[in-house]
Amino acid sequence: MSEYKRPTSEADFKKNFKQKKPLMNTTEAFYESSRCLFCYDAPCIQACPTHIDIPLFIKQIQTKNTEGAAKTIFDANWLGNACGIVCPTGVLCEGACVFNHQNVPPIQIGRLQNFATNTTIDTAKDIFKVGKSNGKKIAIVGAGPAGIACACELRTLGYDVTIYEAKDKPSGLAVHGIAPYKITNEEVLKEITFLQNQLGFEILYKSPIETKEQLKKLEEDFDAIFLGLGLGKTGSLEIDGEDKKGVIGAVEFIEELRSKQHLTKVPSKVVVLGGGNTAMDAASESARMGAKKTVLAYRNSKEKMKAYGFEYDLAISAGVDSLFNVVPIGIVGKGKVEGVRFAKTEMVDGKLKTKNNDVFVVRCDMVIKATGQAKQGSFYELIDNLEMDSQTRLKVNNETFQTSNPKYFAGGDAVNGGAEVVNAAYDGKMAALGIHQYLNK
Amino acid sequence: MADLSINFAGIKAPNPFWLASAPPTNSGYQIMKAFEAGWGGAVWKTLGVPVINVSSRYGAVNYRDTRMMGFNNIELITDRPLADNLREIEEVKKYFPDHAVIASLMVESRAEWEQIIKDVQNAGADGIELNFGCPHGMCERGMGSAVGQEPEVLKTIVEWVKAAANIPVITKLSPNISHIVDPGLAAYQGGTDAISLINTIKSIVGIDLDSYAPYPVVDGKGTNGGYCGPAVKPIAMHMLKDLAQHPEISKVPICGIGGIETWRDVVEFILLGATSVQVCTAVMHYGFGIVREMEAGLRQFMDDKGYNTIYDFTGKALPNITEWKHLNLEHKVVAEINPNTCVGCDLCYIACDDGAHQAIALPTDLTNRVPSIIEENCVGCNLCSLVCPIENCITMVKKDDGTKHSTWAERTDADQVPTTFDDDRAGGKGHFVPKPSDALK
Repeated sequence: MSEYKRPTSEADFKKNFKQKKPLMNTTEAFYESSRCLFCYDAPCIQACPTHIDIPLFIKQIQTKNTEGAAKTIFDANWLGNACGIVCPTGVLCEGACVFNHQNVPPIQIGRLQNFATNTTIDTAKDIFKVGKSNGKKIAIVGAGPAGIACACELRTLGYDVTIYEAKDKPSGLAVHGIAPYKITNEEVLKEITFLQNQLGFEILYKSPIETKEQLKKLEEDFDAIFLGLGLGKTGSLEIDGEDKKGVIGAVEFIEELRSKQHLTKVPSKVVVLGGGNTAMDAASESARMGAKKTVLAYRNSKEKMKAYGFEYDLAISAGVDSLFNVVPIGIVGKGKVEGVRFAKTEMVDGKLKTKNNDVFVVRCDMVIKATGQAKQGSFYELIDNLEMDSQTRLKVNNETFQTSNPKYFAGGDAVNGGAEVVNAAYDGKMAALGIHQYLNK
Repeated sequence: MADLSINFAGIKAPNPFWLASAPPTNSGYQIMKAFEAGWGGAVWKTLGVPVINVSSRYGAVNYRDTRMMGFNNIELITDRPLADNLREIEEVKKYFPDHAVIASLMVESRAEWEQIIKDVQNAGADGIELNFGCPHGMCERGMGSAVGQEPEVLKTIVEWVKAAANIPVITKLSPNISHIVDPGLAAYQGGTDAISLINTIKSIVGIDLDSYAPYPVVDGKGTNGGYCGPAVKPIAMHMLKDLAQHPEISKVPICGIGGIETWRDVVEFILLGATSVQVCTAVMHYGFGIVREMEAGLRQFMDDKGYNTIYDFTGKALPNITEWKHLNLEHKVVAEINPNTCVGCDLCYIACDDGAHQAIALPTDLTNRVPSIIEENCVGCNLCSLVCPIENCITMVKKDDGTKHSTWAERTDADQVPTTFDDDRAGGKGHFVPKPSDALK
């Protein structure tokens, strides 16, 4: 049973989606930064996908050089502020903090990072230098974390950058796809504004690149192209009744929730399908939207879920119930969802078997599919010589992020199949360096 | 149960915890409150000639999140009317006849000394403390540290005071001198009944990085203040030791002052020969209530060790404090790291490699971060155990069998002082010192 009341106002919504990692105040930052040991060859740096010099920026916060701390962070990660808030720090930097070995709480690195960057963003002071123009032009497809990071790095190297974005806001899933209790839209967007104001890359909104002709034009007009498209809409389950009213993809559900907030309609009984972090987010969000019953259903065992343990715990603490070893075999209802028909599963010789004779129905008014996003394979086929792996992920050189078509570079979810903002930010930056190397051969 | 009462040069008090002459002893109100809280004595804020104080008056040295590790002030002696102070001394003694009330005095001419001594004796003070230490303001007028730095002048004034006083006289020494024995001996020869030390140390605690003025800032300017607080304790203890080991000076009791805050500090000062202590900064930081930790700890220590009075252990550390030339050159300790508690911060490694003797190696496999001691290079310097943030993780283990003993003095006497660099006991022998170019690898 959910403990959350249905939010009917913006204030209710904010209460139900209280920020998990609120901004530190200066006193908190002062005491927390004092605890850092300044480890040699610090494990937190190694655990950070962007290798931020964490002990350095914490020392800088301690000595009240907050702007210097922000520079240290942005120097390694252009989405430093968003990452400080949304990174799964418990399994990255904070998970590597040596204090864990003696049961001392690890340094709250994410929140300190957010403190430094947020404080500096609010000063609106110029802290970055645009590189001297080299006359070369780069097109970026997708203004998500990978594209933005790539654009920022390229601007510091003197390239002209134009980003083509299908939607009307920048930062991709960071603004459309992250649970609202992890980060607010304002927080995401103000970092992009801060970066864009200083670095001056152009973003063309509602400008999807979809056709061969558009690609040809990009190839003619630009010296290199970075693909940061991420993934597509939620994929199909290929089961009966999936087209019924009330069946929605998790990505689409979260996007709606982030834009409509308390006005999003969530009925009283919801089933969420999936076992990844997005499923946990969607289930937690359903409960926080006041659904009386939210059931998380995963086809395999609890141990096999891809979601982080803390994400599952968070969903459970929001009042979500879970069902394991069940696979949806049909959506029932007359035109509208009335339930999900599940078959039980079991592991036989290391393979998951569906027990077709063991079937039951869970009544609900809404089904959220968090079973993965569709790949952009058909788009990639429009580009000559672009190689993909068996899971439709773009193949790139792991240092330069150059694809099999030398003019194209790629990073983020399009390459890794769906990971964290921090991974995309790293890819984008590395790809920019790869482009620079390629164009200066 | 331990008896904490003392008889200090004829001044009786229920315990050795006295308040130093300073802002906490500015009024009868404060002193009565302190006695209620458990303090055994108080040295009244120095009485003397009329003064005018400035605003502001205090500055601090903070270390990371530790406030007031060091503290300084540019406040002068009392600015309250002498008559008020005398009346309040009388009142305090009425309420607390068994507690020690000592009048700190600072005037200039012999006639002034004689008059003020008469005044405080009439008010019922149990003793007099001569303020020869104040390092700002008063010294410019020929008083305070101006006297403390001139042993001959100090001796003369002590003689004047002794001739006039019929209550015990304590001479408080300034540490702003290269050799503390000189004023100590002058005070002894002048006939003082006791010595107290140290007064504050001339200092600049910090510079404001916007106004370029030292703290505390008085209308854009500052001056050297008197430094005190936990940071000065080592200097105070060293000076106390010099007096307590002196054959003549040690005939009079010594009151220890300088950075005392906890029972451990009190015990250390007593072990170095003090038979009472004075406290100021700890009270200015935490209030009079801090004494309850000192008293409880001192009692616990005395009970654990089986001491009945503080005189049972006064000066017990003095025989162990010797000159370097008498230290045993055959003694050898080596660091040992407990791999079970080591958290892998590797601060010991970098401290030793960059700051000491290159005697710690990082692990060669990547499965852990526990470093190891290179025993042939370890000189037993302690540095690693000092930087280690984990309780009892690095210990210094004795390696010699304790049968051999030789000191520099003995070797000098035996004409065995080394003339080459290959002596068996030489610190560098057998050590591997990396080549300078190894630093660039």
